[in-house]
Amino acid sequence: MMRLPLVPARPQPPAQPRSRSRAAKLVVEGITKWYRTGAANVHALDDISLEIGNGEFVCLVGASGCGKSTLLDIMAGLTKADAGRVLADGEPVVRPGRQRLVMFQEPALFPWLTAFGNVMFGLKLRDDLSNRERREIAWEHLALVGLDEFAYANIHELSGGMKQRVALARVLAPDPQVLLMDEPFAALDAMTRDQLYGDIQRIWSESGKTIVFVTHDVREAVCLGDRVVLMSPRPGHIGREFKISLPRPRDINSPALAELAAQTAAALKEAGAASR
Amino acid sequence: MKRATHIVLFFGTIILIWWLAVASGRWSPVILPSPASVADYLWSSTLDGSLLDATVVTVRRLLVGYLIGVAIGLPVGLIASRSQLIEDTVGSLALGFQTLPSVCWVPLALIWFGQTETAMLFVVIMGTVWSVIIATDHGARSIPPIFSRAARTMGSEGFHQWTRVILPASLPFLVSGMKQGWAFAWRSLMAAEIYVTILTGFGLGHLLHYGRELNAMEQVIGVMLVIVVIGLAADRVLFSPWERFLHRRWGTNLQQS
Repeated sequence: MMRLPLVPARPQPPAQPRSRSRAAKLVVEGITKWYRTGAANVHALDDISLEIGNGEFVCLVGASGCGKSTLLDIMAGLTKADAGRVLADGEPVVRPGRQRLVMFQEPALFPWLTAFGNVMFGLKLRDDLSNRERREIAWEHLALVGLDEFAYANIHELSGGMKQRVALARVLAPDPQVLLMDEPFAALDAMTRDQLYGDIQRIWSESGKTIVFVTHDVREAVCLGDRVVLMSPRPGHIGREFKISLPRPRDINSPALAELAAQTAAALKEAGAASR
Repeated sequence: MKRATHIVLFFGTIILIWWLAVASGRWSPVILPSPASVADYLWSSTLDGSLLDATVVTVRRLLVGYLIGVAIGLPVGLIASRSQLIEDTVGSLALGFQTLPSVCWVPLALIWFGQTETAMLFVVIMGTVWSVIIATDHGARSIPPIFSRAARTMGSEGFHQWTRVILPASLPFLVSGMKQGWAFAWRSLMAAEIYVTILTGFGLGHLLHYGRELNAMEQVIGVMLVIVVIGLAADRVLFSPWERFLHRRWGTNLQQS
């Protein structure tokens, strides 16, 4: 089988004159969101602004209900904001786009397709590929997540961790520039999760994709992110930011990481208390 | 093998009891024909072709009416699941008509279409279409929204999303809806055939009806057996393969006999 490079060379977008050293891939400008449910109006997000550089791994951390998943949905184009806008490569996001694929907390795999069929789903929507190329890319990505032996397995036959790996292959295969991940490992057991932390770091450093990763687990955020952005609830807003400069690959169980996570968690607690 | 033995034993016992009841001589053969005379009727009517002809007429009506009913019911049900307007209008109409026993359509069909094939088809379609609409509608509504969300992020929209996501996701419900539609179609056709004489074709329902008129109980019971066998065969041929596929893929392990 012919091996394709994981990331085909693509023309880089023209560098924007910005204060950051890296061109911003995603720009969130003044996003505000209300949920109106019957009598109660919930102020989900309040004037959120955020810049995410090209190839950056950013973790959004906050307690449940702080609006982090809503923010991710808005970045994906799945939910509309009441005010503000999201720019991807300088273009306003108005609908979901193939350049920003989402991995959800549940695998959201299609049960009527095999693992292979699921990975093919997004590829079949790319008109620029021939069928042969699609099949090769799908195999490539199943192998990347270590599941090429299970290509023709039915979804219900896979374990929780294997399902999330297939979901990962499915979002990686169409080669998006941005991955939006909404607590993708939250429902998995600790051992499987540790393995996936390794996988996702390896894949990220090999592919140079931009990743926005939402989690409530500070340690997970510190393990994965270049930058950890804290969010506080009622209404959802951005608090402190931490640059994480630990060397990669990082082990979630290392003492240095645990210490940094403890500091970050303390800051998160402070911010949570202040917003109350 | 053990299960097959049980089945053979069970039905063998029923036939034995039947035969003993006849042999006791308490009932006249006009009321209770012997198993042998029923078998004899089935054999001779197969040889002279009358049973086969009636079966062909009935099955053709059933298939044509059913297919039309499904062809209307599936898309309408899918649309109703996504559109509040269609749900409130066509959906509530379907809910109302579904409760109407389909034999109640027969008088109307006779006045509108006369004693014709069209009247038969009309009754079958009315028996099928509403239950297919309801089942499809409910099925498509219970698809987890996460499937559509995931598909949308990958660029699936409009027609593609309908055919590649919503339709396959609702397949389990579609199959049970179609199965239910089949049962309704079969019942309504039999009711119509027993109720109405159609000059253009002599179906199983008519054979049953004339069996009674001629006091030929072996014919009545023989035709009933044929009707049961057709129902079972349809289940095996039309639905079982789908259900097996669904159970394998979805992992719903309802043990099918």
